[in-house]
Order: sequence, then C-alpha cells, then structure tokens
Amino acid sequence: MAKHNITMTINGESVSAEVDSRLLLVHFIRENLDMTGTHIGCDTSSCGACTILIDGKSVKSCTYLAVRADGANITTIEGIAADGTNHPLQKAFHDQHGLHCGFCTPGMIMRSIDLLETNPNPTEEEIRWGISGNLCRCTGYNNIVKSVQQAAEEMSKEKEATV
Amino acid sequence: MIPANFDYHKATSLEEAIALSQELGDEAKYMSGGHSLLPMMKLRFATPEHIIDISKIEGLSYIKEDGDILKIGAMTTQSEIEHDPLLKSNYPIFGDAVWLTADPAVRNFGTIGGNIAHGDAANDQPALMLALRATIIAEGVDGEKAIPIDDFFHGFYMTALEPGDILTEIQIPKAKANSGGAYHKVERKVGDYATAGVAVHIELDGDGVCQEIGIGLTNVSAVPMRLERGEEVLRGHKVTDALIAQVGQIASEDCEPESDLRGSEAYKRSIVNTITKRMLNKALERARN
Repeated sequence: MAKHNITMTINGESVSAEVDSRLLLVHFIRENLDMTGTHIGCDTSSCGACTILIDGKSVKSCTYLAVRADGANITTIEGIAADGTNHPLQKAFHDQHGLHCGFCTPGMIMRSIDLLETNPNPTEEEIRWGISGNLCRCTGYNNIVKSVQQAAEEMSKEKEATV
Repeated sequence: MIPANFDYHKATSLEEAIALSQELGDEAKYMSGGHSLLPMMKLRFATPEHIIDISKIEGLSYIKEDGDILKIGAMTTQSEIEHDPLLKSNYPIFGDAVWLTADPAVRNFGTIGGNIAHGDAANDQPALMLALRATIIAEGVDGEKAIPIDDFFHGFYMTALEPGDILTEIQIPKAKANSGGAYHKVERKVGDYATAGVAVHIELDGDGVCQEIGIGLTNVSAVPMRLERGEEVLRGHKVTDALIAQVGQIASEDCEPESDLRGSEAYKRSIVNTITKRMLNKALERARN
C-alpha cells in the first residue's frame, strides 16, 4: 500500500514524515512525534481524550487520518503554554482542581480552547454542552466546569487589556 | 483500532474525484468529514481499498437562499449549520437537529452531505430532508442530476447515488410565511444515535389550515422513513389536538423499529407517538409566530 509524504505544523514547528494511508492522526502524534499528552481513550470518537486543534478547530484525532492533515496547523496540549507560562485553562484546571486522575484533562482543555474561542462568555449550561463530547470517568465535571468558567473570565480580561 | 489497509487519494476538484472513482472502481469510497466512515472502517464494517478524500474540494461549503430555494453545499459542516444566522432565524429545525448530532468536536468536521450520502437511517439529517421535501443534487460521470428525496434512500446504507456520484448540494423550498419545522430525538446519552427521532415541517395558510406537511422518522426502520399516512391526515385540514393525537398514533403504527440495545420495539413505538405529537405542536407554534 502506498506511502505518503506529509508535512504539517505542530505547535509551531514544521514536521515531515512518510506515513501509511491508514495511520490515524492520534498515533502519528503519540508514536511518531512522541507527544503523549494527547491520549487514546475509547478509540470510537466518544470520549474526547484525543482532542487536538486542527487550524484552530477541535477534532477527535482518533477519527482523522494523519495523511489528511498534510498542510494543516495542529495544536496539542504540549503547545499551549507560552514561554513556560501555563495557558489560562491549564492554570484554571490547577486552581479549581479540575482534574482527578488527569486522563481526560488534555482533551478537556483542547476542547475548551475551541469553546472559548467561539463563545468567550459561556453560561454554565453552554460549558456543559460544549464539553459534552469529552468524558471524565472520575465524574469530576463540577470542577471542570468551574475551571472553564475561571479561564473564560481570565481570558476575557486578558483580551480587554490588549485592546 | 486501526482501519484495514487502503490507499489514500486526495482530490482537489469534482472532476478529479469522479475520474479517480471511475479509475479505481467499486472498491473506492469518497470521504468528506470522515466521521461516519472512519469509525466503520476501524470496526471493519467497511473495508474500502481506496479512499478518495473530497474534503479539499473548494466551493462546496455554503448556505444561501437563491430565488425560492435554500441551497446548502454538501461540504458544509454541522458546526457551520449550527451557527449560521439564516438557518437560525428562518429554519430552526436545523438548530434542533444539529444540537443533538454527535458533539461539538465531531460537528466541526462532519458534513451535511456526508450525513445524508452515508445512507444510515440512524443519522439525523435524512429525516429533516424528508420533512423539508429536499432535492439532492449530485455530480457524476454523466454530469449533474437532481434526485427527489423520496427516491434517494434505497436500503441499509444504500442510496440513489451511483458509482462515481458525489452529493454536491441540498435544495430545499425556501421557508414560507406561516411555516415552521421542529426536530427531536430520544438518545441514551449525549452524542448517541437516536433511539427514535421525528422531524416535522408544516405550512399553514392565513386561516391556520395545513397547506403542506412533511414528517420524517429517524432510526425506526431500515431506511429514513416518511410518514405519508400521517401527513395525509393533516394536509388540507385545520390542525386540532385530536388530529395531532391521530398522527402520533399512526406514527407509532407505521414505523418499523426493531428491539435492540436502545430499547424494545414497543418502547420505540411509544416514544415515536410522543415525539411526533410534540414536534407537531412545536412546528405549529413556530409556524404561527
């Protein structure tokens, strides 16, 4: 079966590789690039542990072919802290104890980045709906919601300050 | 889970995609969002030898009214449908459906064309298309064709699309004054396929008499199902609670659900009855406002 040469930008750095048609993006990220922050949970597009951003939009990377991401701009959990400073969502998950075992956390944060990008001031209901495709089996949703609320406030303030 | 081996081909134009499909033959499948097809390939429910990626073809993502027709490009994502101002204001049935389709991350890449072309009776858009009396536009080896929705769904994952055909556009009669639609499905958990779902679109005249009505059912038969007998009860009549109750009853009788993990046949018939009545009332309320 044919191999494909692909090039994409991951967390600001350009990477090239030769991949099989059937290689899934989540495996490319974890196994070829050794970025293991993107997790594999259900492997059936249900749990959201593998959520990353493609050109700013959240996607379940277990349901996306690596070859299809040729030319894409990808962000994973490893790429959101700037110069050693945690992203507001990372800080908020820490402050609000938004993680229990932590397995779902990278996906929750990547999905929440997209959510706050399209809806900077979500209501509690909108947050719960926004992360409905991401499952936490510790059932710690209350603190996750609080984390997203805190990050929303902080990011809105940051935005105002830069305007 | 990793799909079985296949060759990947990227098409950048409709012509290129159709030519590729001709060249590669029966074992080739088109992929747009891939969010229905890839999970099936991982589970070996589908093992195409070739995937033709049509997601990079430009110009197939739009929502616009053109004369008396609402046109939606096949590659429009569920997320774009969810946030489109025109659909929000004039076609709220789409908001009802997309809100219940999978989850936001899946909706970012899943397309309306893929949802329909997949031919799955469990998908949500087919019921809307039946209720809204859509026409499906496809581009194929012999050029463009228009397929009325009643002729589109042939069987389990089977549609009127012939080898090489690409669904390019969905055409729906423009929303008239005093018309309204609504969709709801019962699901076990967020993002699940429907246990049962009902789409209703109704048009009234100035006196509240039902001029036109479309009712589509999700996941209660082998193919997306139109409730013709129920529509006939209402067409040409003033809609009363008694008639609505009668249509709900007909829906529960005419649907063909099977008992499975989502519920028994009797349970599904019962919820079809209930949601049909609720969606008729909701569509009526929207038509009157």
